[in-house]
Amino acid sequence: MQDPHLRRHHDMGGLDAGPVEQGEHVYDPWEKRTDAIMRLVSDKNRRLMTVDELRRGIEEIGPNVYDEMTYYERWMTSITNNLLEKGVIHVDELGRKMAEIEARWRAAGATGE
Amino acid sequence: MSDSHSHDHDHDHDHLHNPHGPHPYQPDLEDAPFTHCQLMAEAVGELLIEKDVFSADDLRAMIELIDSKSPAEGARLIARAWLDADFKARVLENVNDAATELGIDAGTIPIRAVENTDTVHNVIVCTLCSCYPRLLIGLPPDWYKSRSYRSRAVREPRTVLKEFGTHIDDNIEVRVHDSTADLRYLVIPERPQGSETMSEDELTSLVTRDSMIGVTTL
Repeated sequence: MQDPHLRRHHDMGGLDAGPVEQGEHVYDPWEKRTDAIMRLVSDKNRRLMTVDELRRGIEEIGPNVYDEMTYYERWMTSITNNLLEKGVIHVDELGRKMAEIEARWRAAGATGE
Repeated sequence: MSDSHSHDHDHDHDHLHNPHGPHPYQPDLEDAPFTHCQLMAEAVGELLIEKDVFSADDLRAMIELIDSKSPAEGARLIARAWLDADFKARVLENVNDAATELGIDAGTIPIRAVENTDTVHNVIVCTLCSCYPRLLIGLPPDWYKSRSYRSRAVREPRTVLKEFGTHIDDNIEVRVHDSTADLRYLVIPERPQGSETMSEDELTSLVTRDSMIGVTTL
């Protein structure tokens, strides 16, 4: 086994872990939306980011947060960070937009975490 | 969340046309609190639409495309390969090109086919994340992306396979293929005994997603 200090947290091949839980997953709409956004921004017409950049963004998520996040939470975090880095979207407009949507959803009766 | 909420799936900006009010759309989870990342997905999508990076229709069409992909396309490829040795040779040479022959778009990232025989059993994994031949067999199951599968499939594949109810004899070599963003794999399962007289459609219906990942046999 390689030196654990050289291993990053996403690089888990060969480590110990519990049994594989085989339940099937029904994808939430927001998860499909995240996947669709990624495919659109990385397609050959737009080329705003690549799969490698998606992965790099996922691998940069800190070890504890990485383990707490679901799969598409990691994706959405990486996509957003990549688009912010590239200046495709800006942090202030993202903040405004998220606040606006949160207010809209709460007005419709939803509750946030 | 149950399928009964699927009516909410095509919500993107439908509120503009909805007679029930300006914002009838509820977040996906009427029965669970929404999360920071869900808000982010909604917000980033709306911003990209406002900036004309893509349109709301583009986004809807892409979600429909994702929904339309299933293991059926991969299964069709496998059944043809079983029936046509020349085609199988082309699949082993280049899956993406062979899929095109069947009118299947397997994308531009190379997919390598690995064939199960009476001496070799192949299994695919992506230890680093979740690379998977999505365009041939749909979105990966959760367990494929799980820590347990990613960690253990490369170290104790026979034990992992047993958890899927798959026993591989000791005299059969197990090969584990670790996928990357640049190269994915597809397992060609062994054609089951007793299928000799079956039609191509019947054979197609035998091929399961898990057999093309290699965690089960047929």
